[in-house]
Amino acid sequence: MKNFSLLSVRAGTLFFSPAAALVGAFVIVPFFWVIFVSFTNRTLLGKTALNPEFVGFDNYVALFNMETFFTRGQFGFSLILTIQFVLLSALIGQALLGMILAWLLQSTPKYVKLFSESAVIVAWILPEVVIGFAWFAFLDYDNGTLNMLTTALGLEPGDWLLDNPFWVIVFFNTWRGAAFSMMLFNSAFASLPPSYFQAADVAGATSFQKFKDIALPLIKGHVVTDLILITMWTFNVFTPFLLTQGGPSYRTELLSIYTYRVAFKDFEFGKGAAVGVVIMLINLAFALFYLRIAKQKHKGAE
Amino acid sequence: MTLSFQQILSRISFSVLAALIGICFALPLIWFLFAPFNARAELGLEIPSPFTLKNFFTVFENTFAMRGLLNSFIQSIGGVVLVGFAATLAAYALSRSDIPGKKSITYLLLLFSSVVSGSAAMVPIFLIVSKLGLIDTHVAVILVFAGGLLPTAMFILRDFIDGIPKSYEESAMVAGASSMQAFRDVALPVIRPGIVVVVVWAFVNIWGSFLIPFILLRSDELMPASVAIYSFYSEAGTPIVTLLAAYALIYSFPVISLYLFVNWKFGFRFFGGIKA
Repeated sequence: MKNFSLLSVRAGTLFFSPAAALVGAFVIVPFFWVIFVSFTNRTLLGKTALNPEFVGFDNYVALFNMETFFTRGQFGFSLILTIQFVLLSALIGQALLGMILAWLLQSTPKYVKLFSESAVIVAWILPEVVIGFAWFAFLDYDNGTLNMLTTALGLEPGDWLLDNPFWVIVFFNTWRGAAFSMMLFNSAFASLPPSYFQAADVAGATSFQKFKDIALPLIKGHVVTDLILITMWTFNVFTPFLLTQGGPSYRTELLSIYTYRVAFKDFEFGKGAAVGVVIMLINLAFALFYLRIAKQKHKGAE
Repeated sequence: MTLSFQQILSRISFSVLAALIGICFALPLIWFLFAPFNARAELGLEIPSPFTLKNFFTVFENTFAMRGLLNSFIQSIGGVVLVGFAATLAAYALSRSDIPGKKSITYLLLLFSSVVSGSAAMVPIFLIVSKLGLIDTHVAVILVFAGGLLPTAMFILRDFIDGIPKSYEESAMVAGASSMQAFRDVALPVIRPGIVVVVVWAFVNIWGSFLIPFILLRSDELMPASVAIYSFYSEAGTPIVTLLAAYALIYSFPVISLYLFVNWKFGFRFFGGIKA
């Protein structure tokens, strides 16, 4: 039988072109443009806004200037802060909490499951501005819900946003994003054959043993997928800005917030673009890693 | 099967632990259920006294705030229509036609879309939009979102279309339909649930976003609700709590109802992309 195609190449190209134009203009062109701008001294205002000069690697040299690298409000400080933020809030916070929740919720009564699952998911789907404000109220020194609880428990109230801003955004982001890991692991556990667990039940295995020896090895692929995706998202997240504006005194200034400040507050587009390029390089490393694993998994499935 | 004492105990402790985590997640939001209905709401958690709906009426009378909701709506709908339209066509082409280099196009798109994030690309996006003369327009926000959301939307839909047997359209074409007719009358109705998912996903994304409109817009008349919400701060920078809470609740409503709709219609499932 002749292998006829449902859509001719010409029609296919036509179908593909609107998406290609949009993605080209607003994803692919920015990719190359940001590299170009990062080698200029372009600013938002003034003479260099219209006629930026080519400055070679000056912006990068300024970013990696070792004398100020680790100073608060500088690139190195933000980079290290972001790495800590990803490790603590995504890899430990979201993934671990999501895993625990997904495991627990398998064997809890319907109403507990419905309540806990909804609470976790609502935290994930609400608009980020609303979330920022909710946490602002939650952490308020005089009236906030958190201090109301700590006082009720006989503990000292804390001025959280002032004393421990970094831990606040870590908990904030864990809270905000745990739903994704929970849902992913949830569907991973659901895909395992129940007979495996029944056999373990007969042998008298505890829930932890079943988790460690049966479930975890079988969903390894899901775990890797989850870890890479949440790492990439958390690495680029801007939401903590809505809670702390990067402060107090740059203590929560993640790379995304740093870029925003350099480019749109200090109006140094060239330098902001250089930060953007570094962010993209790190993203690229993660993405290549992810695509390779996804490909291997795909091959394994066939 | 009867449960041993130990199993019952572990069941109970599981439930208690799960409920506790659930409560911790709910805590920062409980305040939002009460404050909008409280005439004298502060940042503290308290039962509304006196209970009132006046906060909502004050919000409804605030033209700037209502404008913000309208702008959010314009930008979200615009973005969603564009994403839905372009993603459906492109996904269909990727699934059903033999455009050369289909595989590498898909791979490259996936790569670019994950590398070019909002935080990395805010500078060039601003510059491109300036160059196009679109700074401070709805169109700018719509186009930027469409470009950014399209790759993911395409992959979700392509997976969805790949799951539909080709024989549907093939039999239509054997019966004399053109490929356009096969697409429009046979494939499209079957793809529709996938499009709904993509559209809802895109809507929620645009509706809730802050950074892009914050960078691309300047005039108050165009600001979406996510930016307009900051008008409920006094000159000194302290929030007018009653109004902010009521506005935030109104602003969150579409997102919550869409989520409930999808959940009711399709249940908890992962669509495309992330299946192992």
